[in-house]
Amino acid sequence: MNLYEKTASELSRMLQSREVSAVEVTTSFLERIDQVDPHLKAFITRTAEQALDTAGRIDYFRQQGEQLHPLAGVPVAVKDNISTMDLRTTCASLILKDYIPPFDATVITALKSAGMPILGKTNLDEFAMGSSTENSAFFPTRNPWNLDRVPGGSSGGSAVAVAAGMAPLALGSDTGGSIRQPASLCRVTGLRPTYGRVSRYGLVAFASSLDQIGIISMNALDSALFLNLIAGYDPLDSTSLPGEVPDYTAGLEPGLEKLRVGVIRYGSTEGFDPEVTEMVQKAASLLEKSGANVGEVSLPLTDYGLSAYYLIAPAEASSNLGRYDGVRYGFCAGGDSIEEMFNRTRGKGFGPEVKRRIMIGTYALSAGYYDAYYLKAMKVRTLVRRSYEEAFKKYDLLLGAASPTPAFKLGEKTGDPLQMYLSDVCNITDSLAGVPSLALPGGAHTSGLPLGLQLTAPPLREKLLLQMACFFEKYSEQAPRRPVLDFIEGGSSDEL
Amino acid sequence: MPADFVREVDYVARLARLFLEPEEKEHMAGQLSDILENARRIQELDTTGIEPTSHVTELPAVLREDRVRPSLPLERALQNAPRRKEGFVRVPRITLSEEEQE
Amino acid sequence: MNYDVVIGLEIHVELLTASKLFCGCSTAFGREPNSNCCPVCLGLPGSLPVFNRRAIELALKAALALNSEVQLQSRFDRKNYFYPDLPKAYQVSQYDQPLARGGYLEVEFEDGIHRVHLERVHLEEEAGKLIHAGDSIIGAGHSLVDYNRAGIPLLEIVTAPELHSGREARYFLEDLRTVLLYSGSSDCKMEEGSLRCDANISLRPKGSRELGTKAEVKNMNSFRSVELALDYEVGRQERVLSEGGKVIQETCHWDEEKKQTIALRSKEGSSDYRYFPEPDLLPLVLESSFIEELSRQLPELPARRRERLQEQYGLEKEEAFLLTANRDLGDFFEEAAKEYPDYRHLAKWVQGDLLYQLRESLKKVDELEPGLLADLLLLLDEGKINRPVAKELLAEMVKTGADPKEMVKDRGLEQISGRDTLLPVVEKVIAQNPEAVENYRRGKKKALAFLVGRVMAETQGRADPAELNRILQEKI
Repeated sequence: MNLYEKTASELSRMLQSREVSAVEVTTSFLERIDQVDPHLKAFITRTAEQALDTAGRIDYFRQQGEQLHPLAGVPVAVKDNISTMDLRTTCASLILKDYIPPFDATVITALKSAGMPILGKTNLDEFAMGSSTENSAFFPTRNPWNLDRVPGGSSGGSAVAVAAGMAPLALGSDTGGSIRQPASLCRVTGLRPTYGRVSRYGLVAFASSLDQIGIISMNALDSALFLNLIAGYDPLDSTSLPGEVPDYTAGLEPGLEKLRVGVIRYGSTEGFDPEVTEMVQKAASLLEKSGANVGEVSLPLTDYGLSAYYLIAPAEASSNLGRYDGVRYGFCAGGDSIEEMFNRTRGKGFGPEVKRRIMIGTYALSAGYYDAYYLKAMKVRTLVRRSYEEAFKKYDLLLGAASPTPAFKLGEKTGDPLQMYLSDVCNITDSLAGVPSLALPGGAHTSGLPLGLQLTAPPLREKLLLQMACFFEKYSEQAPRRPVLDFIEGGSSDEL
Repeated sequence: MPADFVREVDYVARLARLFLEPEEKEHMAGQLSDILENARRIQELDTTGIEPTSHVTELPAVLREDRVRPSLPLERALQNAPRRKEGFVRVPRITLSEEEQE
Repeated sequence: MNYDVVIGLEIHVELLTASKLFCGCSTAFGREPNSNCCPVCLGLPGSLPVFNRRAIELALKAALALNSEVQLQSRFDRKNYFYPDLPKAYQVSQYDQPLARGGYLEVEFEDGIHRVHLERVHLEEEAGKLIHAGDSIIGAGHSLVDYNRAGIPLLEIVTAPELHSGREARYFLEDLRTVLLYSGSSDCKMEEGSLRCDANISLRPKGSRELGTKAEVKNMNSFRSVELALDYEVGRQERVLSEGGKVIQETCHWDEEKKQTIALRSKEGSSDYRYFPEPDLLPLVLESSFIEELSRQLPELPARRRERLQEQYGLEKEEAFLLTANRDLGDFFEEAAKEYPDYRHLAKWVQGDLLYQLRESLKKVDELEPGLLADLLLLLDEGKINRPVAKELLAEMVKTGADPKEMVKDRGLEQISGRDTLLPVVEKVIAQNPEAVENYRRGKKKALAFLVGRVMAETQGRADPAELNRILQEKI
């Protein structure tokens, strides 16, 4: 089996036992990227040299007998809205096409200190606004399970990188489902931590009260390993949470006897593929058979939550994106006067979805509309949070779908923004409540496209999510694990 | 979609400093109108007495010590600046022309 | 004039922290452009703010010194607008939950003491600095931006519209400055931009209760400019109104050279700031014990000190004002007063010769031992030295910190007032200068001064002027 088919935990073990070298591991992934990325387009920037450099240094230190982090030598792909020093960070936007940050995001500092080679920066919907990665100003990324389909978004590049064996781990960001929904569509595991669990310093802001950096991986153990590294208080992020970070890799296989699971009944399931609903029910039965107490919980505010989200997120975004004015960095359209420069730079530099959201956000905050739109939405958010608090009084965990449908076709929803927004219906209320949520493979649609389950826990209960993900990995039928990539000459990767 | 909504779109685009071509503006006005209509559904909820959430984290502010830390060297600070003049960032004329005052 | 003038001031004061409000960059003035910047104060994508504790403390101290009511819970908001000196295209400020509400300053105007009320005191961040090609924003083809100043903590103080003239505005500002210096919150140097003032001014018919349309006046770079600009604006608005016109609500830029205000039109709708709570900063929650502690740390404030200086030392109002306005000088005076009970005399020397000498040798008053001045004045009182010698000694004391008693001893500078010693010298001088003596007898007073000068020269300046005069007059 090729090294690129191994999980991060497996690679970590092999590296530590010196069965393989970091250079061999990194090379395997780099070759895989060369082989398949031209068809999938998951990467905006590839950093082969720097990755091999890091790998080489790790091998050297290991030879010297130095104690290294468990993830030392395990390569990683990074979503291109996370700042990497001296490496262009574009947010998939023309306005930052050539922007080179002079600093690293806190999570990047962590992974560099651990010695993880960075394979490259992955594609996303521009400024993380979207659910299909079609809003990238450069090119869309394709779903490796079917090249005519979207990988989901906004962390589509990262999800595809892991799904297609181009990286064992990837960093993504989730504001309204941007890790979970693509993870679901690509058959990988996507974790959105509790708001504040992972530092946002260096994550290019979209909606500050909703954004979180999270992890895309092949399984729960890998996520746990990575979460150990990136979770924790950051003095540079005032919204990051104080307190100890547990060892997420410890005790991942408990029993389910006392577990109370609430299966989510959404406000309206119009637009849900029936096989998705079936998948959730099957998962619920499995849990029940295995000893958990399973009940039903309704989240009636889902639709209102979606509307509230599509006021709050754009409002914060309209403010966060004001800084792209052509003065200090980024694209500048020039102009006779500063006003002309502002208008032309932003008119040309931003794509249509970004502009739409800036417009909505500006409108929602403007004089005369603030109360009816933004303020009202913030109150709805309180109601959503309360509904979660109520649900968590009765249940330890909530179970649902990570996406209402499997992957849709490229171009299918681009003409109808509202339709596109509905792709987030399963994920948004978790974001509004700030609770942790994990998407994991839930089986295959009859079309062969992956379906994803979603688990939601109370704040700071990531461990529980990971434990449950481990459970599902073990006990539910989940073949095939990897997509068959027809375009590769001479055969493709095999299923395990 | 009412004509005054297009005027609103104009106002908002100016506020957001987004130059939109006429076709863009029209197309967007239609989409925005739909999106806002969907958003307005939250008016149906009774939120009397409900405090708005501006932060999900219910902790008080973090304060740091007043200590000077090294700044970025000038070249780093301005490495992405599109227009420069020596150590400064350069920008075109700030006051409005007659037209822009309309 | 048929109109009442209504003026409200908006003052921005840079707080004396070592680092900026949200990041560790230095707040030092006068550095090379863009050399005190980092991702946070430049607003680079992904950067986040973290509060500076000291900024909060200094802001609170200022608020307490201004009798403003500190809110135990306050919040920060984003004020969104586009301008090249604003790195994030929003300023983090406080909108509906400011740090402190209300407050007042008691200022002495010509017709007595007025209590000028404040609306609020809040904390926000500074923007960068713009330099315009051609030195004025008007007509500048391009501008240069320096972000060193961006992110420096700023206290905004808003007064109620209770001032009625340029002069009142100036007096208010002078007193405000003193209070802020005492609270230790700012060094209030307008010339360095650590204190700025904008004004809102409107006119209304005498006796009317409704406010007229106001104009905003900006770019006043000294307290004097504030007075001049407001006086000018009063004149301008009066002319407009008396000709039947209407005052337009606009922003006016004070041109220091032309001594007039110039309207700066800005786009309609550009002042929709879309305030909303800053999501990157959590609400500020203060303990009342913390506020009390800060209150205790405040020194005696100017108003109280002025009173006490008059009561305790019998000083005149002007003297008390001066010694209060210059805090270090006042401290020096009070220290010296412990050893020298002729307070009025001491005050005269402190405000006069001492201040003069300090300026001449570019020294600060806290570099001099107060006891030394007390000693000097005692020597003078005891007749051991004369005034001219005392002044010379003071100059040297300020420069080198030397002890006057020792200097007098070492250099033999004791005053000569003994008749026996002086008489021979006087006679000698008279003998040597018959012309001058003649001139004096003929009524030329200057000749006497000449003769006095000759005797002084002969005695190394030590002659007792009073005794000398007596003897000379006798002998001539």
